[in-house]
Amino acid sequence: MKGMHLPDIRMLLQGASPRSSEMFPELNNLLNTTPDKAEQGKLTLLCDARTDGSFLVHHFLSFYLKANCKVCFVALLQSFSHYNIVAQKLGVSLAAARERGQLVFLEGLKSSVDVFFQAQEDPHPLQFLREASAGNLQPLYEFVREALTPADNGEAAWRCPVLLVDDLSVLLSLGMGAVAVLDFVHYCRATVCCELKGNMVALVHDSGDAEDEENNTLLIGLSHQSHLILRTEGLATGFCKDVHGQLRILWRRPSQSTARRDRSLTFQYKIQDKNVSFFARGMSPAIL
Amino acid sequence: MPSEGAAGCGRWSEMLESLLALGGLVLLRDSVEWEGRSFLKALIRKAALSGEQVRILGCEVSEEEFREGFDSDVNSRLVYHDLFRDPLNWSKTGEAPPGGPLGALRAMCKRTDPGPVTIAIDSLSWLLLRQPCTTVCQVLHALSHRTPCPGHSPAVEQVRVLGLLHEELHGPGPVGALSSLAQTEVTLGGTAGLDSAHIVFRRPRQRPTHQTQWFSILPDFSLDLQEGPRLECQPHPDPYTSPVDPTTHLTFNLRLSKKEKEARDGLTLPFQFSSEKQQALLRPGQGQAASHIFYEPDAYDDLDQEDPDDDLDV
Repeated sequence: MKGMHLPDIRMLLQGASPRSSEMFPELNNLLNTTPDKAEQGKLTLLCDARTDGSFLVHHFLSFYLKANCKVCFVALLQSFSHYNIVAQKLGVSLAAARERGQLVFLEGLKSSVDVFFQAQEDPHPLQFLREASAGNLQPLYEFVREALTPADNGEAAWRCPVLLVDDLSVLLSLGMGAVAVLDFVHYCRATVCCELKGNMVALVHDSGDAEDEENNTLLIGLSHQSHLILRTEGLATGFCKDVHGQLRILWRRPSQSTARRDRSLTFQYKIQDKNVSFFARGMSPAIL
Repeated sequence: MPSEGAAGCGRWSEMLESLLALGGLVLLRDSVEWEGRSFLKALIRKAALSGEQVRILGCEVSEEEFREGFDSDVNSRLVYHDLFRDPLNWSKTGEAPPGGPLGALRAMCKRTDPGPVTIAIDSLSWLLLRQPCTTVCQVLHALSHRTPCPGHSPAVEQVRVLGLLHEELHGPGPVGALSSLAQTEVTLGGTAGLDSAHIVFRRPRQRPTHQTQWFSILPDFSLDLQEGPRLECQPHPDPYTSPVDPTTHLTFNLRLSKKEKEARDGLTLPFQFSSEKQQALLRPGQGQAASHIFYEPDAYDDLDQEDPDDDLDV
């Protein structure tokens, strides 16, 4: 059965330029990757509820590296080798990217130990781990700014800077308040998106717990700052072998030339070894 | 109040005017799903085109992004107080306004030149997350009830404060407090590609009036009023997925051939009574053997021929 295989997510999002008359590429454009069509200066929010949305993080990481952008990855959740293994399946070597200076990788798990055991003159990006009182994330912001501000040697080596964070909910569980995290994102947006005309992608978990006020504040506050929200949800009916979840795409703050219709689309997806296939709701080839 | 009916070209103008006319605080309540900045910009455009100066306290977006879409007429009347670039003074360049955002707002209170002025706050939520609600409310109250300059008649002094509020971010307390301060409240929503504004007017000494208006915002931030969603709402044909017939390639049969239909209709169901079946059951004779019951008692059976009711004294 030739099911309704919509393009995989790279295709979905590259053509998603509000300036074009069609927000999505036609199916026969599936063969053509066009990273140069990606808009600049945007904050994309990845959000997952009842499922693991990290496949989107892996996607954006390899997407922007392939697009020849300079990427600063604040990786708080997993180790470098974890991301590297997945990236290799998607055709990108993180080690090589780091070697050639395209990727600046902050490995939270490893460098958090340095905060305690190594004397640092400058505040460590994860300095807040040492602070007893509610601190702020300014050192982390300074780290990002320094990593992505182009060097003064006049070479325009990379296309545009990109900040990727996996994930922001970890900061809450490490004791930062929601407003402190929102301030960090605000400053990153001001520098990376507005000043350097780059992009920013961040993942937040939706615990679904109405009593978790901090997480709700963070999620809603970030949603209002975002241009594009990708929300993955587990199916309400539970686990399914052939449909791993549902993806909702919401465009906020469209640029002025867009019609405000068709701002939101919902698909279901199945994660495979090296690919994610998308289809309209109820149209998974396995259930037809 | 604008009547429902065919949308006239001046109606959007009337609608925005009515929102701006009351003065005081106009509270714009938006949500993640239905963002309110475009509507705020439509109101600002209207105010600017009426010749007013508009001062914007911009905390959430850059000046460049805020001014995008306005033509030069409008932009020349906007003064953008940039609190976006460095609100917390992390860059230590000393560019942040003294007293922070509330200080900047209070400074707007002390304006001395005459004429109506519109102050837009983008956004009140940003302030509420970082300042106590009471302080924000006090500043807002002071802003919208400015004492007129000496020598100018109070009727000329009109201050309008347009405040954008992301209502999902706050509990009912702060939202209720701001709502009670507002002379006009606009809650943004929508359905099926159309935006809606539910408007509450609180005119002094009158009961609040409610109105719902459907609209769409054009690229230059003028409004196009709409009739409302069509009742028989056809779902937008999704241009990105071609229609797929789910009945192809099924593993079961959805249709019957003529022969199969005949065979199916010829079946007698076991519990369906026809008159022949009824007669056959009522008259078991004519060659049909009477039915027998074969019973084999096992070891535990107690075959007692006595009638158990014999000892009843009835």
